[in-house]
Amino acid sequence: MDALTVHRLHFAFTVTFHYLFPQLTMGLALLILVLKTMALRTGDDRYNRAARFWAKIFAINFAMGVVTGIPMEFQFGTNWARFSKAAGGVIGQTLAMEGVFSFFLESSFLGAFLFGEKRLGPKAHWVSAFLVFAGSWLSGFFIVATDAWMQHPTGYRIGAHGEILLSSLWGLLLNPWLLWQYLHNMSGSVVTASFVMASVGAFYLLTRRHEESGRIFVRLGVIAGMVSTILMAFPTGDGQVHNIVFHQPATLAAMEGLFHTAQGAPLVIVGQPDLDKRRLDNPLTVPNALSFLTYQRWKAEVKGLDAFPPDRWPDNIPLLYYGYHIMVGLGTIFIAVMALAALNLWRGALYRSRPVLWLLMLMLPFPYIANTAGWITAEVGRQPWLVYGIIRTLDGSSPHISAGNALFTLIGFMGIYTILAILFLFLVYREIEEGPERPLEPLSPAI
Amino acid sequence: METIWFCLVAVMIAMYVVLDGFDLGAGAVHLFVARTDAERRAVLRSIGPVWDGNEVWLLAGGGTLYFAFPALYASSFSGFYLPLMVVLWLLILRGIAIEFREHVQSLVWQPLWDAVFSLASALLAIFFGAALGNVVRGVPLDRAGTFFLPLWTDFTIGKDAGILDWYTVLVAIAALATLVVHGALWIALKTEGDLALRARRTAARAWWGLGAAVIAITFVSFRIQPHLQASFQARPWGYVFPALALAGLVGVRLMNRRLRELGAFLCSCLFIVGMLTSAAFGVYPYVLPSNSDPALSLTVSNAAAPLYGLKIGLVWFIPGMLLATAYFVYTYRSFSGKVRT
Repeated sequence: MDALTVHRLHFAFTVTFHYLFPQLTMGLALLILVLKTMALRTGDDRYNRAARFWAKIFAINFAMGVVTGIPMEFQFGTNWARFSKAAGGVIGQTLAMEGVFSFFLESSFLGAFLFGEKRLGPKAHWVSAFLVFAGSWLSGFFIVATDAWMQHPTGYRIGAHGEILLSSLWGLLLNPWLLWQYLHNMSGSVVTASFVMASVGAFYLLTRRHEESGRIFVRLGVIAGMVSTILMAFPTGDGQVHNIVFHQPATLAAMEGLFHTAQGAPLVIVGQPDLDKRRLDNPLTVPNALSFLTYQRWKAEVKGLDAFPPDRWPDNIPLLYYGYHIMVGLGTIFIAVMALAALNLWRGALYRSRPVLWLLMLMLPFPYIANTAGWITAEVGRQPWLVYGIIRTLDGSSPHISAGNALFTLIGFMGIYTILAILFLFLVYREIEEGPERPLEPLSPAI
Repeated sequence: METIWFCLVAVMIAMYVVLDGFDLGAGAVHLFVARTDAERRAVLRSIGPVWDGNEVWLLAGGGTLYFAFPALYASSFSGFYLPLMVVLWLLILRGIAIEFREHVQSLVWQPLWDAVFSLASALLAIFFGAALGNVVRGVPLDRAGTFFLPLWTDFTIGKDAGILDWYTVLVAIAALATLVVHGALWIALKTEGDLALRARRTAARAWWGLGAAVIAITFVSFRIQPHLQASFQARPWGYVFPALALAGLVGVRLMNRRLRELGAFLCSCLFIVGMLTSAAFGVYPYVLPSNSDPALSLTVSNAAAPLYGLKIGLVWFIPGMLLATAYFVYTYRSFSGKVRT
């Protein structure tokens, strides 16, 4: 393995592991806020109990997100020094803003939210829940803004010596790519939180424990899941595809496995790209559908990979293709599952319908897979560029870090993250086992 | 404009060391000062609501450094690759130890996380000290403004020095002593009974070691980095920084003996700020000196981002930090007083 490959794996591994946690906490912060709002409006303490239970799950996930998040900021400098030197004046802005505007906010009010319910009273406690929600969604905004700039750079100019200069902060923060990518990502986070909540609720109902709370979890999970899975497809997913159509056409061709430019291009449901023969094996397609989805005309021309020079093709087309298809396939299944559950809920039959509850329970891992596949689509789709059209990935890594040194630290991260994963599963399982009815004890080191 | 950002970054780093310093220091003395499970729990409760916020100063400071001095960020983070990765691992283990310790009640669970917390805290203090030592000593920058240092070579400070040589190890020891005193004074301030008494004694004993280490590194630093002396001679008003550090150091001793807990802790803060600002003042206008050819050094001007970014940065940074200060005041006020054991 050459050093560049190790640096790429290093970032891919640490960021993939990291994002398993924020994707739950951002969405869960919203759902907890909904529970707190219901408690405040109805005066029904069951909602407070539900919020307390999810706050404990939130706390474990938040701690994991914090400790695995610190290495992300560091790695820009450690492993991607040439990129940082060239682009730090631009993306350093959004990364610093994340620290200043959201991390200070989150860290200050998380303690108040987790341990201050009695001391603060219901209204102030609601405010603390809101501030934690606001902090985490702001944090997501600044990170997606950073990535959006790498996908579609705006607000910059190239200086006399080829350096990248920030020319407009608003250009950076109001990047047209950012709007859809942010909303798509945040909907994805709500999808994960909804499925997790519905899944735990279904588990309680199926095992006939904590059924009162289980019903609240299933109800909120299914309603939020119905809304968010639809938002995933339309308008946010659609908007995101149009970003790619207009700004990364080669990426679109690779995602869709379209090797040859075609009028009335088909939409591929299943098939394996064969790069040597430049065709798709075992294809199952819907004729003309890709043309319609991209240009709203059945016979519109969609550019295939043959329209672009190979040095502008994404460098791992099969991975990009699979990432995209897994994301879209799962997203479609999510809408179907949530529609089925919502129908049962509406008819008042959901809590007794064991097959649907089984289905909800077993869905737990899939939103994580779909979100990860979505980010693989975005980041592999950006290749071979680090900053689209400006810096190639091979020109961004640190010049003096040998493959051996980078592999050493990659293995180190793998070891530590394995321990973290085991601890995480153990602790979350314990919380779910003990359930929401357990009285609150002054467990934490805090206040 | 570059100098303004140099000062702001220095302030962010100083805030980080003062704030996260006390919880790192509390961690370093955790196993010795707190004996029973209840006492150890009290130590953790004394930092529980604030440690995460304290660590945010590192992230926000890092982000600020990143956009204001991208060339410095790129050069130093890749050059100090191995120790920074170890720092990351230690930060991960330490955060997990603090957050997960209370989740299970068992005779193996708590001692395990107490040991991880304490060891990781002490090692972090040592690594941060070594990093500061490297910045003062200088590193082998090439024409592109980059370098790579192995963790250690033969522990001499010549051209082939590693990240750890006898000088940086000395600074690391001084940093550990600083944070031990700082953390012990925090525990004395926030707890009561035997625990507070032991913490106060630990601070008093470690103070002698700290004093010796400070004298040693002051003397050696001026010999190793001639630019320090040049800085202080060119702008003698800068002597105010070492004077602050000295006042803080003496103040720690006097206040601690008179059982003025808050005063002693604040003097320790003053000492840390004085030491860091002395180093920053002495190194300026360098931000990362070269140890071979001074012309290759990174300075505030050749490492800074272009003017537009620095100017627009001030527009959001100032209100952002005012907000952060407001949260900070809220958090520490709602957490005032002693933790009950």
